[in-house]
Amino acid sequence: MTDVKLSVNLCNIRLSNPTILASGILGTTRALLKRVAECGAGAVTIKSISKEAREGHNNPTVITYEAGMINAVGYSNPGVESARIEFTNLKEIGAPVFASIIGTCNDEFVKVAEGLSESGFSAIEIPLSCPHTPGFGLLSGQGTPKATYDITSAVRRITHLPIFVKISPSIPEITTVAKAAEDAGASGITAVNSMGPGMIINIESKKPVLGFKVGGVTGDALRPIAVRCVYDVYKAVKIPIIGVGGISTGRHAIEMLMAGAVAVGIGTGVYTRGIDVFSKVCAEMKQWMIENGYNNINDLVGIAHD
Amino acid sequence: MIEQPKIVKICDIKDETPNAKTFFFEYMGHYDPGQFVMVWIPLNDEKPFTLSYINRNIAGITVLKRGNFTKTLHTKKIGDQIGIRGPYGRGYSLIKGNAATCIVGGGIGMASIACLADKQENATIVQGSRTMPELLFRHRYKEMRLCTDDGSFGYKGTTVDLLRELVGKHDYQKIYACGPEKMLYKVYELCNEHHIECEVSIERYIKCGFGICGQCDCSGQRICIDGPVFNSKDLKDMPDFGKTEITKSGKRISL
Ligand SMILES: Cc1cc2nc3c(=O)[nH]c(=O)nc-3n(C[C@H](O)[C@H](O)[C@H](O)COP(=O)(O)OP(=O)(O)OC[C@H]3O[C@@H](n4cnc5c(N)ncnc54)[C@H](O)[C@@H]3O)c2cc1C
Ligand SMILES: Cc1cc2nc3c(=O)[nH]c(=O)nc-3n(C[C@H](O)[C@H](O)[C@H](O)COP(=O)(O)O)c2cc1C
Ligand code: FES
Repeated sequence: MTDVKLSVNLCNIRLSNPTILASGILGTTRALLKRVAECGAGAVTIKSISKEAREGHNNPTVITYEAGMINAVGYSNPGVESARIEFTNLKEIGAPVFASIIGTCNDEFVKVAEGLSESGFSAIEIPLSCPHTPGFGLLSGQGTPKATYDITSAVRRITHLPIFVKISPSIPEITTVAKAAEDAGASGITAVNSMGPGMIINIESKKPVLGFKVGGVTGDALRPIAVRCVYDVYKAVKIPIIGVGGISTGRHAIEMLMAGAVAVGIGTGVYTRGIDVFSKVCAEMKQWMIENGYNNINDLVGIAHD
Repeated sequence: MIEQPKIVKICDIKDETPNAKTFFFEYMGHYDPGQFVMVWIPLNDEKPFTLSYINRNIAGITVLKRGNFTKTLHTKKIGDQIGIRGPYGRGYSLIKGNAATCIVGGGIGMASIACLADKQENATIVQGSRTMPELLFRHRYKEMRLCTDDGSFGYKGTTVDLLRELVGKHDYQKIYACGPEKMLYKVYELCNEHHIECEVSIERYIKCGFGICGQCDCSGQRICIDGPVFNSKDLKDMPDFGKTEITKSGKRISL
């Protein structure tokens, strides 16, 4: 069999393959990160951490529909002090671990980044794009070019780790936001977060199903939008892109790489294909590459562009 | 599969103890003893409960009154609507044939093993509660060994005390248990001592119920999809069992 190379270099972080566990999916404990790494993920991201503990929204927090998933977890997390105790010995996880930090103001982002600075994370992701949590992301204006620039610069000043700024698919000026992140010193862009918000109403009870009524839409419904966002951002910035949104098969992952992503995040796919979605996607990518005469995954990046 | 609540009408309500009620509703579909459903009260919350009854197309959940959600559920009347999604998780594995087993329920944990006790042949059923009025399903089984902590009924002592005596007299091939985790841990240890296979159902805070949010972690196992029932072999690799749990915010606390 031809030797196919899946490993990628993402801002000088070596990933054995381009699949990354997206933030907010299973990344609540060290033990789960380790399990996901054992299931073949090239890197894993923790669930976003804020300065203080948050319980998040009431249930239902995650539901599915015909075309994907809709969630309003509401950034439940134990806060930075507890996170520091939970996420230790990250070298033993078996794959690079990315932190994900959130805040309601620049200073909180900085405090969380500082709090996690000794933990051994390989990178820091900053989502400025959650569509369903008051105080954070889109609901507090963090998705504008200016806010993106300010928050990214503030974190840039206090860390040497690669920073990925995670952007929303639901704003028209997506390339401007990506550019603002790059100008502020971001090392890469994670595109995209969930879209919307959307709503599902149960017609028997005549009430919205989600506890928070609205939530971010992910999965298959998001994929074409995510691919377009990555395609646009690829043209706008020089820093690498992690493509996220609706990826659950090797073909999806390859499509995202062709749009311009260097690596791919997987969230909803953990539900649709099981926790070993990572090794499945890798096997399928390899298969496709063999059938189509590719032996290095990096040769696929951005080839959909003219 | 679409993971959304389906609205059902409560068709009967039974007072089981001063603080526990069973709500019956129409239920279609497959169910393995030990699996759970998410029960939704619109605009309030949605929480996990095991089916404690299943009979043709009527199922029941037996709910102990604790906090906001269960108190609200207890105000529901016959004819009121609730949402149900699931069933979720991996239930108990039944033993075929005539091998002797023991099924142990502690407190409201009895609800989780009730359907198993209906089905599993040649099983000794043991139930324990703090005091007599809290005992559940008193007339449901041909025979049940009852114990109370305060000695107000049956054997005076815990289920684990009684189980220790029973294990000396019977040759159980398997012991099933659901109840407070401290009790489950002792059952697990007792089973290890006697080289008996055990299966216990454990609780963690549940959000999604289908393995995506990571809320219900216990040593890398998701209670909602990899459990809630785990066997001796699984438990051996779960150091958090009996030790720590994760709160609604994700904070790890001692049990
Ligand atoms: C798989 C499983 C099966 C269960 N089956 C039954 C049953 O058959 N009958 C029964 O009475 N109870 C059962 N429970 C427990 C039941 O879910 C809680 O008692 C209920 O959620 C309490 O909610 P509350 O708002 O009334 O109380 P709260 O005041 O919110 O909490 C009381 C206690 O219940 C626990 N709890 C609260 N919310 C949840 C949640 N979303 N998931 C898990 N635990 C929670 C908390 O740890 C807390 O200690 C089960 C739990 C699990 C995990
Ligand atoms: C249940 C759930 C929780 C999520 N929580 C977070 C989060 O805490 N932080 C974050 O940056 N993104 C979060 N996301 C967004 C995902 O990381 C990802 O960007 C999105 O789901 C799109 O990818 P997918 O289609 O593969 O799921 C969450 C998504 C889901 C489904
Ligand atoms: S409750 Fe979400 S993974 Fe188990």
